Amino acid sequence: MSTINGKVWKFGDAIDTDIIIPARYLILPLDQMKHKAMEPLRPEFAAQVSKGDVIVAGKNFGCGSSREQAPAVLKELGIRAIVAVSFARIFFRNAINLGIPVIECEGASAKVEEGDDIEINLSSGEVRIPKRDLSFSSSKLPDFLLEIINDGGLIPHLTSKGKS
Amino acid sequence: MGKTIVEKILSHASDNSDASAGEIVNARVSFMMTNDAVGELTVDAFEKLGGIPWDSARIAVILDHYIPATTEDAARTHKLLRDFSRKHGMHLFDQTGVCHQVMLESFVSPGDVVIGTDSHTCTYGGIGAFSTGVGSTDGAAAMATGKIWLRVPETIRVELIGKLSPHVHPKDLILHVIGTLGADGATYQALEFSGEGAATISVSGRFTICNMAVEAGAKAGIFEPDNETKRFMAERGREGVYFKSDPDARYCKHLKVDLSKLGPQVSCPWAVDNAVPVEEVQGTRIEQAFIGSCTNGRIEDFRTAAKILKGKTIHPEVRMLVTPASQEVYMQAVTEGLIETFISAGAIICNPGCSACFGGQGMLWEGEVCIGSHNRNFRARMGHKNSKVYLASPETVAVSALSGKIEDPRQH
Ligand code: SF4
Repeated sequence: MSTINGKVWKFGDAIDTDIIIPARYLILPLDQMKHKAMEPLRPEFAAQVSKGDVIVAGKNFGCGSSREQAPAVLKELGIRAIVAVSFARIFFRNAINLGIPVIECEGASAKVEEGDDIEINLSSGEVRIPKRDLSFSSSKLPDFLLEIINDGGLIPHLTSKGKS
Repeated sequence: MGKTIVEKILSHASDNSDASAGEIVNARVSFMMTNDAVGELTVDAFEKLGGIPWDSARIAVILDHYIPATTEDAARTHKLLRDFSRKHGMHLFDQTGVCHQVMLESFVSPGDVVIGTDSHTCTYGGIGAFSTGVGSTDGAAAMATGKIWLRVPETIRVELIGKLSPHVHPKDLILHVIGTLGADGATYQALEFSGEGAATISVSGRFTICNMAVEAGAKAGIFEPDNETKRFMAERGREGVYFKSDPDARYCKHLKVDLSKLGPQVSCPWAVDNAVPVEEVQGTRIEQAFIGSCTNGRIEDFRTAAKILKGKTIHPEVRMLVTPASQEVYMQAVTEGLIETFISAGAIICNPGCSACFGGQGMLWEGEVCIGSHNRNFRARMGHKNSKVYLASPETVAVSALSGKIEDPRQH
């Protein structure tokens, strides 16, 4: 699982959790809630996103409320990883706890375009757009967080540890 | 090397008695809180972890975001959380008020480490506790183990000098600080408010300030507890441990604010760090005014607003919503006659809870504008994606409600 390939959805700076999933939908069951993801900004997103797609965004992705529903709806829709210049603290923790790779990458946001095929190597921290010969380095996640992601999130990580 | 108050609290709460910024500690949690906006996910994660609470007496389940239930989905969540908390003997607060206000009224003491599944859990720094918001999975893990791993944050010291002028409030200070630092200016860090000016700010004002630390991305906001704190705690019959930063503590950044030079501030749509002096937006037409939330829904805020509204009527094209942060605040406001003032002025009183802050009531339609005393003006949070929300102090909200436009409270 150390290499991820997917198609890019591009977002800007400060995508807050009220954009990712507006407050009024938090109460819906997750399989209904997911259809509302990104609605205020890109109402077509939830219907058009495909399993394995990757989000590339600017600064402070996931700022605002602590709602874990934000990474949860993205995961439900099949988002495979999120690359951003920076992440808000709680979103970053929540995404890892749900097993979603979150990659802090300074350069990608400016150059990567919507629809690009992106390749992310989690072990080396390299982010590439092979077709356009672009390559960026990112801050590699520490091993203990990669382990949680590899196990599919904190709960499977803790319970599988518990069993072994 | 000296330590900051945050380093001291986290050292005290962990097995690393000498914890410094950057180190990861496994901290013992004093209290854990969850609410109805995320509680279902938390319960789900908690059951998967084995479903045994570490200490039910230290866990609070608070129904506040969708109270009273307005949809079947809310009713389902509430039923689930009521059953869950009763089954485990946890504290259940049903129709009592906004989670943070309830936690401060009932549990939190200086020196505590408190974890809540809500980003504004950082409010409790107002009495010198370390408190921070987490997601549901982290919350469930804390519920099950009574511990949480945390990276000890670096601290930005906000040194306060002087005293706030009349018509300028703690809300104006924190909007100004967020505007200066930016929405991600304190990510992963703590904001410590100290200096001689800190003592001039009431405990209620300190809650307002720490509440919004997360709007600069901070993990926590904190004031050193002092005599004001002692008075607040004595009224509640609780004590706590009073930590203070050492004079030679290490900070990652210094910011100095002269309170006496600060004027009223307003955060413009759709970002909290988009804060400007009120003069820049004065005259902006509004359709709605909101006083409430965990930021500014306390009795002191109500007194400020009532003083402005007494004997007057709000603008005919403005609807005003007043939401007490808790039943206790509500009762006090009734006793003091503030509720009568609000009703006579033409405001509607909503039940204690999150209310319009969350778009739970008082939703806006396309093009409508609201000025509120709460903490977030994100696009679509309070209704239509092309509605607008401005954030300000309760006094600025009240004077604006009277004139139908954003006003400078110093001119009234
Ligand atoms: S009042 Fe607003 S900010 Fe406070 S807990 Fe409720 S929704 Fe969140």
